[in-house]
Amino acid sequence: MSQRDAAIVGIHEYPSRDVEGEVSALQIKARCAASALEDAGLTWSDVDAIYDAGDAGAMSGLTIAEYFGLKPRVIDTTSVGGSSYEYHAAHAKRDIAAGKANVALLTYGSTAHSNARAIGVGGRGGAGNHPADNMDSFAGMTLIANYAMVAQRHMYEYGTSSEQLAEISIATRCHAMRNPDAVKAMEDLEFLDIRETTIKDVVNSRMIADPLHLLECCMISDGGGAVVIASPEVARNCKKPPVWILGSGEATKYPEVAGDITTSAGVQSGVEAFAEAGITPAEIDIAMIYDSFSITVMVLLEDLGFCRKGEGGAWVEGGRLRFDRPGDGPALNTDGGGLSSNHPGMRGIFLLIEAARQLRGESCSQVTDAKLAVAHGNGGMLGSRHAAGTIILGRD
Amino acid sequence: MSDPTRPLPNNNELDTQAFWEATKNREFRYQQCDHCNTIVFYPRAHCTGCTSGSLSWKVSAGAGTVYTYSVVRQSYHPFFRGKVPYAVAWIDLDEGPRILSNIVDVQDPTGDVHIGMKVELKWEEHELLNIPLFKPVLKPVV
Repeated sequence: MSQRDAAIVGIHEYPSRDVEGEVSALQIKARCAASALEDAGLTWSDVDAIYDAGDAGAMSGLTIAEYFGLKPRVIDTTSVGGSSYEYHAAHAKRDIAAGKANVALLTYGSTAHSNARAIGVGGRGGAGNHPADNMDSFAGMTLIANYAMVAQRHMYEYGTSSEQLAEISIATRCHAMRNPDAVKAMEDLEFLDIRETTIKDVVNSRMIADPLHLLECCMISDGGGAVVIASPEVARNCKKPPVWILGSGEATKYPEVAGDITTSAGVQSGVEAFAEAGITPAEIDIAMIYDSFSITVMVLLEDLGFCRKGEGGAWVEGGRLRFDRPGDGPALNTDGGGLSSNHPGMRGIFLLIEAARQLRGESCSQVTDAKLAVAHGNGGMLGSRHAAGTIILGRD
Repeated sequence: MSDPTRPLPNNNELDTQAFWEATKNREFRYQQCDHCNTIVFYPRAHCTGCTSGSLSWKVSAGAGTVYTYSVVRQSYHPFFRGKVPYAVAWIDLDEGPRILSNIVDVQDPTGDVHIGMKVELKWEEHELLNIPLFKPVLKPVV
Protein backbone atom coordinates (compact mmCIF):
# COMPACT_ATOMS: atom_id res chain seq x y z
CA MET A 1 0.00 0.00 0.00
CA SER A 2 1.36 3.45 -0.86
CA GLN A 3 1.46 5.97 1.92
CA ARG A 4 -1.12 8.44 0.64
CA ASP A 5 -4.09 6.08 0.58
CA ALA A 6 -6.30 7.67 3.20
CA ALA A 7 -6.34 10.79 5.34
CA ILE A 8 -8.15 12.16 8.34
CA VAL A 9 -10.15 15.09 6.92
CA GLY A 10 -12.62 15.84 9.73
CA ILE A 11 -12.51 15.65 13.54
CA HIS A 12 -14.68 16.60 16.49
CA GLU A 13 -14.37 16.01 20.22
CA TYR A 14 -17.55 16.46 22.27
CA PRO A 15 -16.67 19.38 24.54
CA SER A 16 -18.62 18.43 27.68
CA ARG A 17 -17.30 15.77 30.08
CA ASP A 18 -20.41 15.90 32.28
CA VAL A 19 -23.71 15.89 30.43
CA GLU A 20 -25.63 15.48 33.71
CA GLY A 21 -27.72 12.68 32.26
CA GLU A 22 -29.28 14.97 29.67
CA VAL A 23 -27.61 13.59 26.55
CA SER A 24 -27.31 9.94 25.53
CA ALA A 25 -24.24 8.20 24.16
CA LEU A 26 -25.89 7.85 20.77
CA GLN A 27 -26.75 11.55 20.70
CA ILE A 28 -23.12 12.35 21.47
CA LYS A 29 -22.05 10.15 18.55
CA ALA A 30 -24.47 11.82 16.12
CA ARG A 31 -23.53 15.35 17.24
CA CYS A 32 -19.83 14.54 16.82
CA ALA A 33 -20.40 12.89 13.45
CA ALA A 34 -22.22 15.94 12.08
CA SER A 35 -19.56 18.29 13.43
CA ALA A 36 -16.69 16.22 12.07
CA LEU A 37 -18.33 16.06 8.64
CA GLU A 38 -18.80 19.84 8.77
CA ASP A 39 -15.12 20.18 9.75
CA ALA A 40 -14.27 18.30 6.58
CA GLY A 41 -16.73 20.19 4.38
CA LEU A 42 -18.68 16.96 3.80
CA THR A 43 -22.16 15.80 4.68
CA TRP A 44 -23.99 12.61 5.70
CA SER A 45 -24.63 11.47 2.13
CA ASP A 46 -20.88 11.41 1.48
CA VAL A 47 -20.35 8.67 4.08
CA ASP A 48 -20.14 5.15 2.69
CA ALA A 49 -18.36 3.30 5.50
CA ILE A 50 -19.05 3.26 9.25
CA TYR A 51 -16.95 2.02 12.14
CA ASP A 52 -18.25 1.55 15.68
CA ALA A 53 -17.07 -0.43 18.70
CA GLY A 54 -20.46 -1.50 19.95
CA ASP A 55 -21.89 1.70 21.44
CA ALA A 56 -25.40 0.48 20.59
CA GLY A 57 -24.91 -3.01 22.02
CA ALA A 58 -25.25 -6.23 20.05
CA MET A 59 -25.69 -5.63 16.30
CA SER A 60 -24.41 -2.11 16.86
CA GLY A 61 -23.41 -1.82 13.20
CA LEU A 62 -26.88 -1.91 11.81
CA THR A 63 -28.35 0.05 14.72
CA ILE A 64 -25.91 2.91 14.22
CA ALA A 65 -26.35 2.92 10.43
CA GLU A 66 -30.08 3.45 10.86
CA TYR A 67 -29.63 5.98 13.67
CA PHE A 68 -27.37 8.10 11.49
CA GLY A 69 -29.65 7.57 8.46
CA LEU A 70 -26.95 5.93 6.35
CA LYS A 71 -26.74 2.98 3.93
CA PRO A 72 -22.99 2.28 4.00
CA ARG A 73 -21.05 -0.14 1.80
CA VAL A 74 -18.84 -1.08 4.74
CA ILE A 75 -19.95 -1.76 8.32
CA ASP A 76 -17.18 -2.55 10.77
CA THR A 77 -17.78 -3.11 14.46
CA THR A 78 -14.33 -4.28 15.50
CA SER A 79 -14.55 -4.21 19.26
CA VAL A 80 -11.25 -4.41 21.11
CA GLY A 81 -11.84 -1.96 23.92
CA GLY A 82 -10.09 1.38 23.93
CA SER A 83 -7.89 0.46 20.98
CA SER A 84 -10.92 -0.08 18.73
CA TYR A 85 -10.53 3.35 17.09
CA GLU A 86 -6.97 2.66 15.98
CA TYR A 87 -8.25 -0.58 14.44
CA HIS A 88 -11.08 1.39 12.82
CA ALA A 89 -8.60 3.86 11.34
CA ALA A 90 -6.47 1.00 10.01
CA HIS A 91 -9.51 -0.69 8.52
CA ALA A 92 -10.78 2.56 7.01
CA LYS A 93 -7.48 3.00 5.19
CA ARG A 94 -7.60 -0.63 4.06
CA ASP A 95 -11.18 -0.33 2.85
CA ILE A 96 -10.54 2.95 1.03
CA ALA A 97 -7.35 1.61 -0.58
CA ALA A 98 -9.28 -1.45 -1.74
CA GLY A 99 -11.89 0.74 -3.38
CA LYS A 100 -14.63 -0.41 -1.02
CA ALA A 101 -15.23 3.08 0.40
CA ASN A 102 -14.44 6.75 -0.12
CA VAL A 103 -15.51 8.38 3.16
CA ALA A 104 -15.24 6.52 6.47
CA LEU A 105 -16.98 7.73 9.62
CA LEU A 106 -15.62 6.68 13.05
CA THR A 107 -17.65 7.62 16.12
CA TYR A 108 -17.64 7.10 19.87
CA GLY A 109 -20.00 8.20 22.64
CA SER A 110 -20.31 7.33 26.31
CA THR A 111 -22.02 8.58 29.45
CA ALA A 112 -19.83 6.63 31.87
CA HIS A 113 -19.69 9.55 34.30
CA SER A 114 -23.42 10.24 34.29
CA ASN A 115 -24.07 6.52 34.67
CA ALA A 116 -21.73 6.55 37.68
CA ARG A 117 -19.88 3.60 36.29
CA ALA A 118 -17.22 2.66 38.81
CA ILE A 119 -14.96 1.45 36.04
CA GLY A 120 -11.72 1.54 37.97
CA VAL A 121 -12.72 0.08 41.30
CA GLY A 122 -15.96 -1.52 40.23
CA GLY A 123 -17.26 -4.98 40.78
CA ARG A 124 -15.36 -7.17 38.40
CA GLY A 125 -16.73 -9.92 40.55
CA GLY A 126 -19.59 -12.10 39.54
CA ALA A 127 -19.87 -15.28 37.56
CA GLY A 128 -18.75 -15.14 33.98
CA ASN A 129 -20.02 -17.05 31.01
CA HIS A 130 -16.57 -16.80 29.52
CA PRO A 131 -13.98 -19.25 30.86
CA ALA A 132 -11.33 -16.58 31.50
CA ASP A 133 -13.71 -14.45 33.58
CA ASN A 134 -14.92 -17.56 35.34
CA MET A 135 -11.39 -18.22 36.59
CA ASP A 136 -10.63 -14.61 37.60
CA SER A 137 -13.86 -13.32 39.03
CA PHE A 138 -13.46 -14.54 42.61
CA ALA A 139 -10.27 -12.59 43.35
CA GLY A 140 -11.56 -9.01 43.58
CA MET A 141 -9.08 -7.62 41.09
CA THR A 142 -10.24 -4.11 40.29
CA LEU A 143 -9.26 -2.63 36.93
CA ILE A 144 -6.79 -0.33 38.67
CA ALA A 145 -5.25 -3.30 40.50
CA ASN A 146 -4.75 -5.03 37.16
CA TYR A 147 -2.61 -2.14 35.93
CA ALA A 148 -0.97 -1.78 39.34
CA MET A 149 0.30 -5.35 39.00
CA VAL A 150 2.11 -4.33 35.82
CA ALA A 151 3.67 -1.39 37.65
CA GLN A 152 4.70 -3.56 40.57
CA ARG A 153 6.53 -6.00 38.33
CA HIS A 154 8.07 -3.15 36.28
CA MET A 155 9.48 -1.68 39.50
CA TYR A 156 10.77 -5.07 40.59
CA GLU A 157 12.49 -5.91 37.30
CA TYR A 158 13.86 -2.51 36.32
CA GLY A 159 13.88 -0.38 39.46
CA THR A 160 11.28 2.02 38.08
CA SER A 161 10.07 4.44 40.75
CA SER A 162 6.77 6.14 41.50
CA GLU A 163 8.57 9.45 40.91
CA GLN A 164 9.39 8.37 37.37
CA LEU A 165 5.82 7.24 36.70
CA ALA A 166 4.67 10.60 38.06
CA GLU A 167 6.47 12.39 35.19
CA ILE A 168 3.74 11.05 32.92
CA SER A 169 1.01 12.49 35.13
CA ILE A 170 2.60 15.92 35.40
CA ALA A 171 3.30 16.20 31.68
CA THR A 172 -0.31 15.44 30.76
CA ARG A 173 -1.57 17.79 33.48
CA CYS A 174 0.65 20.56 32.10
CA HIS A 175 -0.97 20.10 28.69
CA ALA A 176 -4.45 19.84 30.16
CA MET A 177 -4.10 23.21 31.87
CA ARG A 178 -3.62 24.76 28.43
CA ASN A 179 -6.80 23.09 27.07
CA PRO A 180 -9.99 24.92 28.15
CA ASP A 181 -12.14 21.81 27.62
CA ALA A 182 -9.80 19.83 29.88
CA VAL A 183 -9.87 22.50 32.59
CA LYS A 184 -13.68 22.49 32.46
CA ALA A 185 -13.61 18.69 32.57
CA MET A 186 -11.57 18.71 35.76
CA GLU A 187 -13.90 21.33 37.28
CA ASP A 188 -17.04 19.39 36.37
CA LEU A 189 -15.57 16.14 37.66
CA GLU A 190 -14.52 17.90 40.85
CA PHE A 191 -10.78 17.36 40.69
CA LEU A 192 -8.92 18.73 43.71
CA ASP A 193 -6.22 21.33 42.96
CA ILE A 194 -6.81 22.09 39.31
CA ARG A 195 -3.34 23.35 38.39
CA GLU A 196 -0.05 22.08 37.05
CA THR A 197 1.10 19.31 39.35
CA THR A 198 4.48 18.32 40.74
CA ILE A 199 6.01 14.89 41.22
CA LYS A 200 5.46 15.32 44.93
CA ASP A 201 1.74 16.02 44.36
CA VAL A 202 1.44 12.75 42.49
CA VAL A 203 3.33 10.48 44.87
CA ASN A 204 1.58 12.05 47.87
CA SER A 205 -1.87 11.50 46.37
CA ARG A 206 -3.99 8.71 47.80
CA MET A 207 -2.88 5.14 47.01
CA ILE A 208 -5.65 3.33 45.14
CA ALA A 209 -3.95 -0.01 44.48
CA ASP A 210 -0.27 -0.34 45.30
CA PRO A 211 1.81 1.11 43.70
CA LEU A 212 -0.61 3.38 41.75
CA HIS A 213 -1.72 6.67 43.28
CA LEU A 214 -4.88 8.65 42.52
CA LEU A 215 -3.09 11.10 40.22
CA GLU A 216 -1.78 8.21 38.14
CA CYS A 217 -5.32 7.10 37.27
CA CYS A 218 -7.50 8.49 34.48
CA MET A 219 -10.74 10.35 35.01
CA ILE A 220 -14.14 8.85 34.24
CA SER A 221 -15.96 11.36 32.07
CA ASP A 222 -18.88 11.56 29.68
CA GLY A 223 -17.91 12.31 26.12
CA GLY A 224 -17.25 11.18 22.63
CA GLY A 225 -15.79 12.05 19.29
CA ALA A 226 -15.80 11.47 15.58
CA VAL A 227 -13.16 11.14 12.89
CA VAL A 228 -13.78 11.28 9.14
CA ILE A 229 -11.24 9.49 6.93
CA ALA A 230 -11.30 9.88 3.18
CA SER A 231 -9.61 8.90 -0.06
CA PRO A 232 -7.03 11.27 -1.60
CA GLU A 233 -9.56 12.38 -4.23
CA VAL A 234 -12.06 13.43 -1.58
CA ALA A 235 -9.37 14.82 0.73
CA ARG A 236 -8.19 17.18 -1.99
CA ASN A 237 -11.51 19.03 -1.80
CA CYS A 238 -11.91 19.08 1.98
CA LYS A 239 -11.57 22.19 4.13
CA LYS A 240 -8.45 21.28 6.11
CA PRO A 241 -5.04 19.91 5.15
CA PRO A 242 -5.11 16.09 5.10
CA VAL A 243 -3.54 14.04 7.90
CA TRP A 244 -2.35 10.85 6.18
CA ILE A 245 -2.51 7.42 7.78
CA LEU A 246 0.97 6.13 6.99
CA GLY A 247 1.03 2.82 8.81
CA SER A 248 -0.89 0.59 11.19
CA GLY A 249 -0.51 -2.48 13.37
CA GLU A 250 -2.81 -4.69 15.43
CA ALA A 251 -1.94 -7.21 18.14
CA THR A 252 -3.13 -8.89 21.32
CA LYS A 253 -1.58 -10.42 24.41
CA TYR A 254 -2.89 -12.37 27.40
CA PRO A 255 -1.61 -14.30 30.42
CA GLU A 256 0.60 -17.27 29.58
CA VAL A 257 2.88 -19.70 31.36
CA ALA A 258 5.99 -17.66 32.21
CA GLY A 259 4.60 -14.61 30.37
CA ASP A 260 6.21 -11.16 30.72
CA ILE A 261 3.60 -8.76 32.12
CA THR A 262 5.91 -5.76 31.60
CA THR A 263 5.81 -6.11 27.82
CA SER A 264 2.56 -5.42 25.97
CA ALA A 265 1.16 -6.33 22.58
CA GLY A 266 2.50 -2.93 21.50
CA VAL A 267 5.81 -4.56 20.63
CA GLN A 268 4.06 -6.37 17.82
CA SER A 269 1.67 -3.68 16.58
CA GLY A 270 4.30 -0.94 16.80
CA VAL A 271 6.88 -2.77 14.70
CA GLU A 272 4.36 -3.36 11.95
CA ALA A 273 3.07 0.23 11.96
CA PHE A 274 6.50 1.87 11.89
CA ALA A 275 7.69 -0.51 9.17
CA GLU A 276 4.68 0.23 6.98
CA ALA A 277 5.17 3.97 7.48
CA GLY A 278 8.87 3.65 6.77
CA ILE A 279 9.89 5.75 9.78
CA THR A 280 11.47 5.22 13.20
CA PRO A 281 10.27 6.31 16.65
CA ALA A 282 13.04 8.91 16.76
CA GLU A 283 11.24 10.84 14.00
CA ILE A 284 7.97 11.12 15.90
CA ASP A 285 7.00 14.61 17.07
CA ILE A 286 3.82 13.74 19.00
CA ALA A 287 3.06 10.55 20.89
CA MET A 288 -0.62 10.09 21.64
CA ILE A 289 -0.35 7.09 23.93
CA TYR A 290 -3.31 5.63 25.75
CA ASP A 291 -3.00 6.99 29.27
CA SER A 292 -5.50 5.06 31.30
CA PHE A 293 -2.73 4.99 33.91
CA SER A 294 0.84 6.21 34.20
CA ILE A 295 2.17 2.67 33.81
CA THR A 296 0.31 2.18 30.51
CA VAL A 297 2.34 4.99 28.98
CA MET A 298 5.60 3.84 30.57
CA VAL A 299 5.23 0.32 29.13
CA LEU A 300 4.10 1.58 25.72
CA LEU A 301 6.92 4.11 25.32
CA GLU A 302 9.30 1.17 25.67
CA ASP A 303 7.28 -1.22 23.53
CA LEU A 304 6.89 1.28 20.70
CA GLY A 305 10.66 1.72 20.65
CA PHE A 306 11.22 5.20 22.05
CA CYS A 307 13.59 3.61 24.53
CA ARG A 308 14.59 0.09 25.52
CA LYS A 309 12.48 -2.16 27.73
CA GLY A 310 13.10 -1.24 31.33
CA GLU A 311 14.66 2.15 30.53
CA GLY A 312 11.39 4.08 30.43
CA GLY A 313 11.84 5.37 33.96
CA ALA A 314 15.06 7.23 33.22
CA TRP A 315 13.83 8.25 29.78
CA VAL A 316 10.79 10.21 31.01
CA GLU A 317 12.69 12.11 33.67
CA GLY A 318 13.18 15.84 33.60
CA GLY A 319 10.08 16.87 31.63
CA ARG A 320 11.05 15.22 28.38
CA LEU A 321 7.39 14.59 27.49
CA ARG A 322 6.34 18.26 27.53
CA PHE A 323 5.20 19.92 24.32
CA ASP A 324 7.78 22.69 24.63
CA ARG A 325 10.80 20.39 24.59
CA PRO A 326 11.28 19.87 20.86
CA GLY A 327 13.93 17.58 19.50
CA ASP A 328 14.33 15.68 22.74
CA GLY A 329 11.64 13.08 22.21
CA PRO A 330 7.96 13.32 21.37
CA ALA A 331 5.44 15.45 23.23
CA LEU A 332 3.01 13.21 25.10
CA ASN A 333 -0.79 13.53 25.05
CA THR A 334 -0.89 17.23 24.28
CA ASP A 335 -4.65 17.42 24.85
CA GLY A 336 -4.16 16.50 28.51
CA GLY A 337 -4.78 12.79 28.10
CA GLY A 338 -7.11 10.43 29.84
CA LEU A 339 -5.40 11.46 33.03
CA SER A 340 -6.49 15.10 32.87
CA SER A 341 -8.72 15.71 29.85
CA ASN A 342 -11.05 12.99 28.62
CA HIS A 343 -11.69 9.31 29.36
CA PRO A 344 -15.31 8.14 29.10
CA GLY A 345 -14.29 4.46 29.34
CA MET A 346 -12.51 4.17 26.01
CA ARG A 347 -10.09 6.81 24.75
CA GLY A 348 -8.76 5.61 21.41
CA ILE A 349 -10.64 8.11 19.26
CA PHE A 350 -9.20 11.11 21.12
CA LEU A 351 -5.68 9.92 20.31
CA LEU A 352 -6.48 10.24 16.60
CA ILE A 353 -8.24 13.59 17.09
CA GLU A 354 -5.40 15.31 18.95
CA ALA A 355 -2.77 13.82 16.62
CA ALA A 356 -4.73 15.34 13.73
CA ARG A 357 -4.98 18.69 15.53
CA GLN A 358 -1.20 18.74 16.01
CA LEU A 359 -0.49 17.91 12.39
CA ARG A 360 -2.89 20.68 11.31
CA GLY A 361 -1.35 23.16 13.73
CA GLU A 362 -4.56 23.39 15.80
CA SER A 363 -3.46 22.08 19.23
CA CYS A 364 -3.61 23.99 22.51
CA SER A 365 -0.09 22.73 23.19
CA GLN A 366 1.23 22.93 19.67
CA VAL A 367 4.56 21.31 18.88
CA THR A 368 6.48 23.56 16.50
CA ASP A 369 6.68 22.18 12.98
CA ALA A 370 4.93 18.92 13.89
CA LYS A 371 5.15 16.47 11.00
CA LEU A 372 4.73 12.92 12.36
CA ALA A 373 2.60 11.43 15.12
CA VAL A 374 1.88 8.03 16.57
CA ALA A 375 -1.49 7.14 18.11
CA HIS A 376 -1.39 3.96 20.17
CA GLY A 377 -4.52 2.54 21.72
CA ASN A 378 -4.72 -0.09 24.43
CA GLY A 379 -7.87 -2.13 24.81
CA GLY A 380 -8.89 -4.41 27.64
CA MET A 381 -6.56 -4.69 30.60
CA LEU A 382 -2.79 -4.34 30.31
CA GLY A 383 -2.14 -6.76 33.16
CA SER A 384 -4.15 -9.58 31.64
CA ARG A 385 -5.83 -9.69 28.24
CA HIS A 386 -5.43 -6.63 26.05
CA ALA A 387 -5.31 -5.39 22.46
CA ALA A 388 -2.86 -2.97 20.88
CA GLY A 389 -3.53 -0.70 17.91
CA THR A 390 -0.82 1.54 16.48
CA ILE A 391 -1.43 4.25 13.86
CA ILE A 392 1.30 6.41 12.35
CA LEU A 393 0.12 9.76 10.97
CA GLY A 394 1.84 12.43 8.93
CA ARG A 395 1.16 15.58 6.95
CA ASP A 396 2.37 16.91 3.66
CA MET B 1 -28.92 -8.40 56.66
CA SER B 2 -26.39 -11.15 56.02
CA ASP B 3 -22.76 -10.39 55.25
CA PRO B 4 -21.98 -10.00 51.57
CA THR B 5 -20.36 -13.10 50.08
CA ARG B 6 -17.48 -13.52 47.71
CA PRO B 7 -18.55 -13.51 44.04
CA LEU B 8 -18.35 -17.13 42.98
CA PRO B 9 -17.70 -18.75 39.62
CA ASN B 10 -20.43 -20.20 37.47
CA ASN B 11 -20.55 -24.03 37.78
CA ASN B 12 -22.22 -24.34 34.41
CA GLU B 13 -19.51 -22.78 32.26
CA LEU B 14 -18.41 -25.78 30.20
CA ASP B 15 -14.66 -25.18 29.78
CA THR B 16 -14.00 -24.59 33.46
CA GLN B 17 -16.66 -26.85 34.96
CA ALA B 18 -14.29 -29.78 35.65
CA PHE B 19 -11.78 -27.44 37.31
CA TRP B 20 -14.38 -26.13 39.74
CA GLU B 21 -15.79 -29.61 40.30
CA ALA B 22 -12.34 -30.82 41.39
CA THR B 23 -12.03 -28.02 43.93
CA LYS B 24 -14.73 -29.78 45.94
CA ASN B 25 -12.00 -32.37 46.71
CA ARG B 26 -9.47 -29.60 47.32
CA GLU B 27 -7.71 -30.44 44.09
CA PHE B 28 -6.25 -27.69 41.91
CA ARG B 29 -6.32 -29.27 38.47
CA TYR B 30 -4.74 -28.09 35.25
CA GLN B 31 -4.41 -29.66 31.82
CA GLN B 32 -1.40 -30.87 29.86
CA CYS B 33 -1.48 -32.27 26.34
CA ASP B 34 -0.24 -35.84 26.02
CA HIS B 35 0.63 -35.18 22.40
CA CYS B 36 2.58 -31.89 22.51
CA ASN B 37 3.14 -31.33 26.27
CA THR B 38 1.56 -27.84 26.20
CA ILE B 39 0.15 -26.77 29.53
CA VAL B 40 -3.33 -25.36 28.97
CA PHE B 41 -4.60 -22.89 31.56
CA TYR B 42 -7.19 -21.52 31.99
CA PRO B 43 -8.96 -24.81 31.24
CA ARG B 44 -10.22 -25.46 27.75
CA ALA B 45 -11.81 -28.32 25.90
CA HIS B 46 -9.17 -27.98 23.16
CA CYS B 47 -5.39 -27.99 23.15
CA THR B 48 -3.94 -24.62 22.17
CA GLY B 49 -0.65 -26.20 21.11
CA CYS B 50 -1.79 -28.71 18.51
CA THR B 51 -4.92 -29.76 16.67
CA SER B 52 -4.71 -33.44 17.51
CA GLY B 53 -4.47 -32.70 21.20
CA SER B 54 -5.46 -34.99 23.98
CA LEU B 55 -5.62 -33.07 27.23
CA SER B 56 -5.07 -34.86 30.52
CA TRP B 57 -5.88 -33.43 33.90
CA LYS B 58 -3.01 -33.12 36.36
CA VAL B 59 -3.22 -32.12 40.02
CA SER B 60 -0.97 -29.33 41.28
CA ALA B 61 0.98 -29.78 44.49
CA GLY B 62 -0.33 -26.34 45.37
CA ALA B 63 2.99 -24.56 45.76
CA GLY B 64 3.98 -21.47 43.85
CA THR B 65 5.66 -18.07 43.72
CA VAL B 66 4.17 -14.57 43.61
CA TYR B 67 4.88 -13.22 40.10
CA THR B 68 3.30 -9.86 40.82
CA TYR B 69 0.69 -8.38 43.14
CA SER B 70 -1.16 -5.25 44.15
CA VAL B 71 -2.82 -4.17 47.38
CA VAL B 72 -6.34 -2.98 46.69
CA ARG B 73 -7.28 0.01 48.84
CA GLN B 74 -10.58 0.89 47.14
CA SER B 75 -13.08 -1.65 45.87
CA TYR B 76 -16.73 -1.26 44.88
CA HIS B 77 -18.06 -4.81 45.21
CA PRO B 78 -19.79 -5.23 48.61
CA PHE B 79 -17.73 -8.27 49.63
CA PHE B 80 -14.38 -6.69 48.74
CA ARG B 81 -15.27 -3.31 50.16
CA GLY B 82 -15.13 -4.95 53.55
CA LYS B 83 -11.78 -6.58 52.87
CA VAL B 84 -9.62 -3.58 51.95
CA PRO B 85 -6.69 -3.47 52.03
CA TYR B 86 -6.26 -6.89 50.44
CA ALA B 87 -3.66 -8.39 48.14
CA VAL B 88 -4.52 -9.65 44.67
CA ALA B 89 -1.74 -11.48 42.88
CA TRP B 90 -0.72 -13.47 39.81
CA ILE B 91 0.84 -16.62 41.19
CA ASP B 92 3.04 -19.02 39.22
CA LEU B 93 2.44 -22.58 40.36
CA ASP B 94 5.60 -24.70 40.34
CA GLU B 95 4.05 -26.82 37.60
CA GLY B 96 3.65 -23.79 35.32
CA PRO B 97 0.09 -22.42 35.33
CA ARG B 98 -0.34 -18.75 36.28
CA ILE B 99 -3.41 -18.05 38.39
CA LEU B 100 -5.06 -14.89 39.72
CA SER B 101 -5.92 -15.10 43.41
CA ASN B 102 -5.63 -13.43 46.80
CA ILE B 103 -2.76 -13.68 49.28
CA VAL B 104 -4.24 -14.23 52.72
CA ASP B 105 -2.97 -14.90 56.23
CA VAL B 106 -0.72 -11.85 56.22
CA GLN B 107 -0.95 -9.19 58.86
CA ASP B 108 -0.32 -6.19 56.68
CA PRO B 109 -0.61 -6.83 52.93
CA THR B 110 1.10 -3.52 52.14
CA GLY B 111 4.28 -4.78 53.78
CA ASP B 112 4.05 -8.55 54.02
CA VAL B 113 3.60 -9.47 50.36
CA HIS B 114 6.42 -9.31 47.84
CA ILE B 115 7.33 -10.57 44.40
CA GLY B 116 9.18 -13.86 44.57
CA MET B 117 7.50 -14.88 47.81
CA LYS B 118 6.75 -18.60 48.16
CA VAL B 119 3.08 -19.35 48.66
CA GLU B 120 0.84 -22.37 48.99
CA LEU B 121 -2.82 -23.14 48.53
CA LYS B 122 -5.35 -22.31 51.17
CA TRP B 123 -8.85 -23.40 50.26
CA GLU B 124 -11.82 -21.20 51.14
CA GLU B 125 -14.89 -23.40 51.52
CA HIS B 126 -18.21 -22.74 49.87
CA GLU B 127 -21.30 -24.82 49.33
CA LEU B 128 -20.73 -25.96 45.76
CA LEU B 129 -17.01 -25.48 45.31
CA ASN B 130 -13.86 -24.30 47.06
CA ILE B 131 -11.92 -21.18 46.17
CA PRO B 132 -8.14 -21.50 45.80
CA LEU B 133 -6.51 -18.72 47.81
CA PHE B 134 -2.81 -18.60 48.70
CA LYS B 135 -0.89 -17.98 51.90
CA PRO B 136 2.81 -17.50 52.58
CA VAL B 137 4.87 -20.61 53.11
CA LEU B 138 6.19 -20.18 56.60
CA LYS B 139 9.84 -20.98 56.97
CA PRO B 140 10.40 -23.69 59.60
CA VAL B 141 11.86 -22.36 62.83
CA VAL B 142 15.40 -23.67 63.17
